[in-house]
Amino acid sequence: MIRISCPYCGLRDHDEFTYIGDATKNRPTDDASDEDWFNFVYIRDNPRGPHQEYWQHIQGCRAFVKVLRNTLTHEVLATGLPGDVLSNKISEGKNEPSAK
Amino acid sequence: MVEYSVFSLISNALSGHKNWGRAWRDPEPKKHYDVIIIGGGGHGIASSFYLAKNHGIRSVAVLEKGWLGGGNTGRNTTIVRSNYMLDENAHFYEKSLQLWEQLSHELNFNVMFSQRGVINLIHSDSQMDAFTRRGNTMRLNGIDAELYDREQVRRFLPYLDYSKNARFPIYGGLLQPRGGTARHDAVAWGLARGADRQGVDIIQNCEVTGFKMQGNRITAVETTRGEIGCGTVGLAVAGHTGHLAAKLNMKLPIESHILQAFVTEPIKPMVDTVVTFGAGHFYVSQSDKGGLVFGGDLDMYNSYAQRGNMPMIEHVMSAGVAMMPNLSRLRVQRHWGGIMDMSMDGSPIIGKSPIDNLYLNCGWCYGGFKATPGSGWGFAHTIANGKPHPLNAALNLDRFRLGRTVDERGAGPYPNRH
Repeated sequence: MIRISCPYCGLRDHDEFTYIGDATKNRPTDDASDEDWFNFVYIRDNPRGPHQEYWQHIQGCRAFVKVLRNTLTHEVLATGLPGDVLSNKISEGKNEPSAK
Repeated sequence: MVEYSVFSLISNALSGHKNWGRAWRDPEPKKHYDVIIIGGGGHGIASSFYLAKNHGIRSVAVLEKGWLGGGNTGRNTTIVRSNYMLDENAHFYEKSLQLWEQLSHELNFNVMFSQRGVINLIHSDSQMDAFTRRGNTMRLNGIDAELYDREQVRRFLPYLDYSKNARFPIYGGLLQPRGGTARHDAVAWGLARGADRQGVDIIQNCEVTGFKMQGNRITAVETTRGEIGCGTVGLAVAGHTGHLAAKLNMKLPIESHILQAFVTEPIKPMVDTVVTFGAGHFYVSQSDKGGLVFGGDLDMYNSYAQRGNMPMIEHVMSAGVAMMPNLSRLRVQRHWGGIMDMSMDGSPIIGKSPIDNLYLNCGWCYGGFKATPGSGWGFAHTIANGKPHPLNAALNLDRFRLGRTVDERGAGPYPNRH
């Protein structure tokens, strides 16, 4: 079981959450080029290691949670709100919610 | 290298089976190969086999970071089928199925391909309509399909739950009689022996660590066993495609996800076909050793871990018991996870890459095993001719940029939903 720290509800089992996907992808503006849309819709970094991703706490507060997780070990490195900038250092070892 | 036959079996039996020769060599890497295939799984070895056999290209090396067939080739549920609806998939997978039908003879190695049928269960009127359409489409494409009603399914699969309490009542099923299973390790071994006999070097314990580039070409592959020069490179590394693509500064429409599978303790023969229960995400067959081999859905999050998590195990077990209540008393003996290269439309990519002499074979999602011979056959043709065969032409990388995706499930660009 992966344990994810929801900023509102605290540390919870991952089966309370729905995986949404890569959090590094930002929706282009309506007048963006085809290439920008192609990159947004289809192209992924797919890293082996730390990966920024969104999970939704669907069976809890329903908030979107940003998670930095190692895809090779499943270790959660940091969590926060969608607007937060997550770095490995925030929660080395500990899985504390963000300050907000 | 010994030819396997009843005579070699008898003569080796008389000498106590102590004198069987190696099935394939264990060569040191040469300085240069015309073609280097990265990835010694089923697809990589099959590609090298067909490169040598169909196209006469024998200066070929297959580089495998671990041992032969130790990745997804040894981590699947061994199902073979071609029950696809979209033309781009249907004709390709049907070609693969036809190659399966000849494979044991072609390789002089019993891959234990057993055409015991694959049946998809149907649980509602609307599913009945959808599967009728799929079956008709398959038959128009020359692929066998038979639509069963509830009573026919009951006669065929008497051990399912037909009670009033069934969570998903069974309305019928769509059977592909020519589908079935094959012995996954034998496929890797037979293809390796077949490729080796034609001069292909299969190099195990040789991890690719980088690439030497000149302009837009790869001139050499750097490995843990030294640098190896190359004419052309084929990438067939399934779930690890993203990791190697990153070394080439290439980003692909692929996410790596974890899929788990299970086998129970051996029991007397019960499941003599492959049953898939789409409504509950469960599929099961029985191995020749008697274990029920089954699996379910992805764990749903990106992963390179080759091991999954408990919630999905519980989900798969409960789905299995909902369909086949007599499963509940069986003990699970082993379980494992494999890394799936989930593409953005659920269909594979076999074709050219943005790099001049690199070809891609990836995006197999959870359907790679059945494609093993077809993938190798198509990939070899693509590498040998510098352009795809018509059967895999639509499965190119450019289709995403051009909006010509091959989305069998109609799920959109969400890799974990295909």
